Amino acid sequence: MSVTDAHMRMSACPGCDATSLATSRAAGKAQAGDQEIALSLPSMHCAACISTVERGLLDIDGVSSVRVNLTRKRAVVHARNDVSDDMLTEALARLGYDAQPLDQATLSADQSDNAARDILMRLGVSGFAMMNVMLLSVAIWSGASDATRDLFHWISAAIALPTIIFAAKPFYVNAWKALRVARLNMDVPITLAIFLAAGMSLFEVAHSGEHAYFDAALSLCFFLLAGRYLDQRTRTIARSAATELAALEAPTALLLRDGKPDTVALDTLAVGDTVLVRPGARMPIDGEIVDGDSELDRAFLTGESDPIAVRLGDQVRAGEINLTGPLHVRVTAVGKDTFLHALADLIAIAENSKSKYNSLADRAAAIYAPAVHLLAFAAFLMWMYLTGGDLRFSLNIAVATLIITCPCALGLAVPAVSTVASGALFRKGLLVKHATALERLAEVTAVVFDKTGTLTIGQPRLLHPDAIAPSDMAVAAALARSSAHPRSKAIAQAAAEMDLPEVTLTDVKEQAGHGISGQWNGQTVALGRADWVGGKSDGTQLRVGDQTPIALEFEDTLRTGVAELLELLKDRGLPITLLSGDTADNVKHFAAPLGLTDWRAGILPDDKATILKQMTADGDKVLMVGDGLNDTAAMALAHVSIAPASALDATRVAADMVLVAPDVSQIADGLRIAKSARRRILENFGIAACYNAIAVPIAFFGFATPLAAAIAMSSSSIIVSLNALRTR
Amino acid sequence: MEVLTFLIPVSLGLGCLGLLAFWWTLRSDQYDDPEGDSARILRDDYDDHPAD
Repeated sequence: MSVTDAHMRMSACPGCDATSLATSRAAGKAQAGDQEIALSLPSMHCAACISTVERGLLDIDGVSSVRVNLTRKRAVVHARNDVSDDMLTEALARLGYDAQPLDQATLSADQSDNAARDILMRLGVSGFAMMNVMLLSVAIWSGASDATRDLFHWISAAIALPTIIFAAKPFYVNAWKALRVARLNMDVPITLAIFLAAGMSLFEVAHSGEHAYFDAALSLCFFLLAGRYLDQRTRTIARSAATELAALEAPTALLLRDGKPDTVALDTLAVGDTVLVRPGARMPIDGEIVDGDSELDRAFLTGESDPIAVRLGDQVRAGEINLTGPLHVRVTAVGKDTFLHALADLIAIAENSKSKYNSLADRAAAIYAPAVHLLAFAAFLMWMYLTGGDLRFSLNIAVATLIITCPCALGLAVPAVSTVASGALFRKGLLVKHATALERLAEVTAVVFDKTGTLTIGQPRLLHPDAIAPSDMAVAAALARSSAHPRSKAIAQAAAEMDLPEVTLTDVKEQAGHGISGQWNGQTVALGRADWVGGKSDGTQLRVGDQTPIALEFEDTLRTGVAELLELLKDRGLPITLLSGDTADNVKHFAAPLGLTDWRAGILPDDKATILKQMTADGDKVLMVGDGLNDTAAMALAHVSIAPASALDATRVAADMVLVAPDVSQIADGLRIAKSARRRILENFGIAACYNAIAVPIAFFGFATPLAAAIAMSSSSIIVSLNALRTR
Repeated sequence: MEVLTFLIPVSLGLGCLGLLAFWWTLRSDQYDDPEGDSARILRDDYDDHPAD
C-alpha cells in the first residue's frame, strides 16, 4: 500500500472547521533565486481548505508565494532555497493535511497541458470570428443587397480566411497525415469542407455572388474544435493525475560513501556502488546483499503475501520492499537494465495491441468519410448534367452538401459523452487513461482479479487473537511494539483492541530477518520466524520460556468494498476469476468467505498471461484488475485493465484505468457508467443520422442556403451535447 | 448607410478587444483551476478590507 492510498482514505476535510479567517494575501510575487516546490494534497476539497493551506504555508519563513490548485489537488510554493520540502509537509501535517512533495521533472515532462491550451486558443479565435461573421451574415440574410452585401462579404472574407488558416490547423495537419499514408479519417472531409467552402465563397464574393459560406466554415471549425478540446481536456486531467502518482516516487537512493549514506538521484548510480536500503523502502536497483539480514516483500513480483528472508549474498531486485533490517546492497544493474525495466517491453506490446482497437468514432468515420465524399461528388455530377455544364452552380451545390453533412454532431457526439463520463468517473476515483478504455470497459464479459495488493491491501492481520492466552498475547504485543515489521504491527494493532495485562520486558532486541527477543520474569521470550524461536514448521511463532512455541496466523487485510464489488459483478452476470501467485492455503482462506469459487493459486506471471490468452481465444472480453509486475503481461493481453493507485509505476502505465479511490466497489460503478456512455454515444450517432437524412436531400437538390446550414449545424450540435449530459 | 463606416470598425474593434482579453486570460493560467476558482469566490478573506 502506498501513501496515496492512505491519503485517499482521509476524506474528512480538516480545513472545513476553520472559521476565524485572518486576512492575508495568498499570492505574492516570486523573487529571483527562488525555488518552486510542488506538493500533492489529496485530502483538500473545499474553499476553507484553500485558505488554510495557503495561509499556513505563507506563515513559514522564506515562503514567498503559494498557489493552490483545487482541481488538481496540488499546491505550488515559491520559497527561498533554504526552505526544504519537509518543512512544508510538516507545517501541513500540523494543519491536518497529508502532503507529498512531487518530482518537478516528472511533472513538467507532461506536455499535454500545452496541447489543451493550444486548442483552447484556436477555439477562442474561431469563436470570435464566427460571431463577427455571423453578425454580418444576419444583415445579408435579412436583405442586404448589391454593394452593401458585397462589402459585408469582403469583410467576412477578411476575418474568415486568416482565422481558418490559424484555427483549422489541427484538422488539416491530421488530414494530411492520414492522406500521406493513403488513409481516410474524419479530418479529411472536415478539411475539405472548410477549405472548399472558404475557397468557393471567396470566388463567389469576387464575382458578386449571392451566397457565401464563411459563417458555415467558421462554425464548423468552432464546433469541431469544441469537441477536440473536450476530448483533450478529459485526457489531460486523467493523465496529469496519473503523472502525479509517478511524481510521488522521487527517484533517489542512499549511496554509501565511506560508510555514510548520502541521498543521490537514481540515475547517478553506477554498477559496483553500494547503497543503503532502509526498512520500509523499495529497492531502487537490482543488486546483491553485501551486509545485513532482512525480509523482503516480493508480492509485486510473485503475488505471494508472505515475506521472504534474505541474507548476505542474496540477490535483490528493484521494486522489492525491505521490511526489517537495513541492507547494504552492491549495485549489479541500474535504470534500464534492471529487471523492473525489462518489463517495459511488455508495456509497449500492450500499447500496441490497444491502439489496434477500433473505437466507435473510428468505425463511424470509416463509413462516414467516404459516404460524404461520394455524395458531394454525385451532387456535383448530377448538377453538371442537369445544368448542362454550369461549373460554378454545381460546385456550389457540392460545397453545400459537404458543409451540411459535415460531422459537427458526429465530432461532438463522442467527446461530449466521454467528457461527461470521464468526469463522473474522476469524481468516483477512477482515472481513465486510455482514449478507448471506456468503450472497451462497456464490452466486458468476464472479470479477472489479482489477489495480493488488488483485493487486499498487502498488509497482514492477525487471525484469532482471542485463541491466544491473554498473558502470551500481552508478551507478543510488547515484543511486537518494538518492531516495524508488518506482522509486528498487526500483532500490536490486534492487541490494542484487547484488554491485556501489563507486561514489562527488558533487554528487547530485534534480530533483523529473524525476530525479536527479550527477558520477561526471568524467562527468555521470542517472537519471530519458526526456525529461529525453536519451533517446528514455518510461519511466525511466539515462544515464552521453555513452553512449546505458539503459532500466530495472519491473513491479508481486505480492501474496502470488495464484498460489494463482487456482489455487484455477480448481479451483472459477469464470471469472476481470481488468479493469485500466493499459496493455495492463503487463497482458499481468502476466497471462501467471499463466495469465490473460481480461483487458482500459485500462478506464475507467464501462467496468468496464458490464462488470459485462453480466455480471449474463447471469445471472452476480459477486464483484468491487478497491481503487480506479475500481472503486467496479463493486463497487456486483457481487453481492458485497471490498476489500483498503490500499484507499481510500470503496472499503472500498462493499465487503461487507475483506481485512486480506496473503495474498489467503484469499479462496478465504472462498468455502469461505461455502459451508459456507450448507449449515449450510439444515441448521438442515431441523432446525427436522422439529421443527415433530412439535411442531405435538401442540400443535394439545391435548396440549401447559408442560413439553413447555420441553423441545421447549430441545432444538431446542441442536441447531441444535451444528450451527452444524460450520461450517468 | 454612411454610419456603417463607423459601426463596422467599432464592432470589429470591440470584438478584437474581447479576443485580446481572452488571450490574456489564457496566458495567465486562468483556466487551470475551475474548481478552485469557484470555491475562492466564496471566501470572505477580502470582505473586510478591499484589496490593498
